Amino acid sequence: MKTMLNMFNTFKTSPLSAKIGLAVVIFGLSVALLAPMLAPYGESEIVADVWLSPGDGHLLGTDQLGRDMLTRLIYGARNSITIAFITTLIAFFVGAFLGLTAAVTGGWLDNLLARIVDIFMAFPTLILALMILSVLGTSIPVLIVVVALLDATRVFRLARALAMDIAIMEYVDAARLRGEKTFYIVRREILPNALPALIAEFGLRFCFIFLFISSLSFLGLGIQPPTADWGSMVRENSGAINFGILTPIYPAGAIAALTVSINMVVDWFLHRSAQIRA
Amino acid sequence: MTPDIKPEIKPERLLTITGLEIEGRQDGKWKKVVKGVDLHLNRGEVLGLIGESGAGKSTIGLAAMGYAREGCRLSAGNINYLGKELRQAPESELEQIRGYKIAYVAQSAAASFNPSHKLITQFAETPLAHKMMTMEQAKAKAEDLYTKLFLPDPAGIGFRYPHQVSGGQLQRAMVAMAMACDPDIIIFDEPTTALDVTTQIEVLTAIKEVVRKFNCAAIYITHDLAVVAQLSHRIMVLRHGLCVEEGQAAQILDAPKEKYTADLLAVRRQVKDVAPPKQEEPLLRVENITAGYKNGPAVLHNVSFEVFRGRTVAVVGESGSGKTSVARVITGFLPQTEGMVYFDGIEMSPLLKHRDKDRLRKWQMIFQMPDVAVNPRHKVKDIIGRPIRFYYNPGKKEIDRRVSELLEMIELNDKYLDRYPSELSGGEKQRVCIARALAAQPELIICDEVTSALDQLVAEEILKLLQRLQQDLNMGYLFITHDLATVRAIADDVVVMYQGRVVEHGPRDDVFTPPHHDYTELLLSSVPEMDPNWLDRVLETRQKKTA
Repeated sequence: MKTMLNMFNTFKTSPLSAKIGLAVVIFGLSVALLAPMLAPYGESEIVADVWLSPGDGHLLGTDQLGRDMLTRLIYGARNSITIAFITTLIAFFVGAFLGLTAAVTGGWLDNLLARIVDIFMAFPTLILALMILSVLGTSIPVLIVVVALLDATRVFRLARALAMDIAIMEYVDAARLRGEKTFYIVRREILPNALPALIAEFGLRFCFIFLFISSLSFLGLGIQPPTADWGSMVRENSGAINFGILTPIYPAGAIAALTVSINMVVDWFLHRSAQIRA
Repeated sequence: MTPDIKPEIKPERLLTITGLEIEGRQDGKWKKVVKGVDLHLNRGEVLGLIGESGAGKSTIGLAAMGYAREGCRLSAGNINYLGKELRQAPESELEQIRGYKIAYVAQSAAASFNPSHKLITQFAETPLAHKMMTMEQAKAKAEDLYTKLFLPDPAGIGFRYPHQVSGGQLQRAMVAMAMACDPDIIIFDEPTTALDVTTQIEVLTAIKEVVRKFNCAAIYITHDLAVVAQLSHRIMVLRHGLCVEEGQAAQILDAPKEKYTADLLAVRRQVKDVAPPKQEEPLLRVENITAGYKNGPAVLHNVSFEVFRGRTVAVVGESGSGKTSVARVITGFLPQTEGMVYFDGIEMSPLLKHRDKDRLRKWQMIFQMPDVAVNPRHKVKDIIGRPIRFYYNPGKKEIDRRVSELLEMIELNDKYLDRYPSELSGGEKQRVCIARALAAQPELIICDEVTSALDQLVAEEILKLLQRLQQDLNMGYLFITHDLATVRAIADDVVVMYQGRVVEHGPRDDVFTPPHHDYTELLLSSVPEMDPNWLDRVLETRQKKTA
């Protein structure tokens, strides 16, 4: 309860941009959670003609197959946010843990991990993802794990570079001299100091993964139709632009609003933790 | 004051600062950092500004050029240079004065030079920009100045890059740069603080000569009274942005009016009574250590010494002498190639990870920079509590009790428990580091330059605290330092190191009384004394010797 109150108080003193950002993020999350209750139609129900303008019964019109756009957006929130979020979390746990450990341990382990990551990064991510997904098939769990591991290489790079700078600090020397285990040094001495930069990266990575998954969906190896997903909705409806119809703008706008909002919250968080440090 | 130059009867007034107030921005509010300071400067005069960090001395020094650092503003007062008011002057007018009529020499020459240009190019920059000289004239001027500043090979040194000359030479090259346009005033901001004593003396001599020969005026900013005593005619003592005391150098040094000034003076006069030598098994024995870094030549050659319980061994030497490497060998960060370290008569494995926990507990280390020696994201109670939990794990209540007890031992209290390091001053951080070391209940503490990052008064308190703790707990100290005043204040035995070798070793008073090894002699005679005539005297003796 006390921490809830504290959180509320810190939130009250945050700048306007963070408040707006947080509001949008919370709105997005509630829509994702309550999707079946909010949506006026079923997720893949064809209800009217193709590409109807917004109006009677269809607040945002219909898509390329005649499904209600608002319904698709609401379900898309659930699918896209959840999948991208889980993927980013896994990428961070794996990448950050390995990166920090590699930097602290050094020696052959560091070399081995760094070279493996180099090899993965030497291939264009999209092509590599396409290869792996076409071999393993395209269920959602496989998609999450593959994209997470590929993105973990970027996080690994960042975490390792951050930890290299922190590992030469005398407080890390002091912990080593005390005889502390590597895991303690990573968790208690390095991680808290690398966290602000990692969280900032989290905001960005989330956006990239979001877009990456939608590219995969477009190519047929991401989220499979008829499951609604913002990214694939943009692609599926992109032809509408030629006729001056605004349909693809709605999912694109939703992606933009969410990613910008997340970054506003992250910025505020970064600013706050920089103050603690200085 | 130097006896051979006296300001003329009616000296030319160069700079008058009255009621200067400077504000700095903190948490979105303007806060006064300099609270009404008056000072004046005549031609041919050197004014020493002295005070601890945060006293506002550098800020005042910059204000003398009409300049305020980023996030600061000159909020009130007058800065009058030869009848021109600098505080409100437009930037274009100030540019005609800065670096040209009023020059600035910064603390770290290494950071102030652009590493990718030759010294001479950087020297010529200001005179060319002001269209005062052609490149040829600038080169001739540089050679002349380099000669006057006693730089070796004055004709050729300008064509080297900054990394190709030594720290002391670079500092002198920067003084030459400041002198390029024959300024009226030069502001020296701690120009020798980053240098070894043996190098410091060269720079001091050069500065003294150049101010005398060019008949300009200087403001000399430092935290070291003994340094300022060599150069200044007048001394101004600053504290918390206010002037504590101002007067002729001799008066400040011999008969200070304020207690604060007297405290500053007393710092370097502290001397420890040497404990009688012991005939027991040494706590730490370092035997014939030879070590080097990867693929490099050996940095330590046959180093041997001992540390006894309840006694302090000081390892002294200039930077690069290998004194920190000795500590790294003992702690296991730098495995030796030959020789052995014994602790309590038992051989220690050269590698840190092969040493057992209880052995590690018995020696603890205190670091040079308290700012980076404590994790900025841990609270004080976690910093001090961790070693207790790690080595003893007596339960949460007992840890809390021990932490409170330790805070009391280091003269802090329970109010500090929940603070983060950023909420502590430098001295308090160093105390927390001491408490962290004590928490393990060690038998030996290795102190690596523990006072060099602190103000003198704070450093003195830390030294006193360490001594009291040694008496109470009968620990051995291995004290690594370059500062001989610290050695006098704390050491029983002294190990003098030079180029990775021990050149002299023994009880402090034996090492400090002649006959010395040549290097010990040089080191001892280079430490500035409060006596204003010290510099001249030393130079005279050295000249006689070479003659």
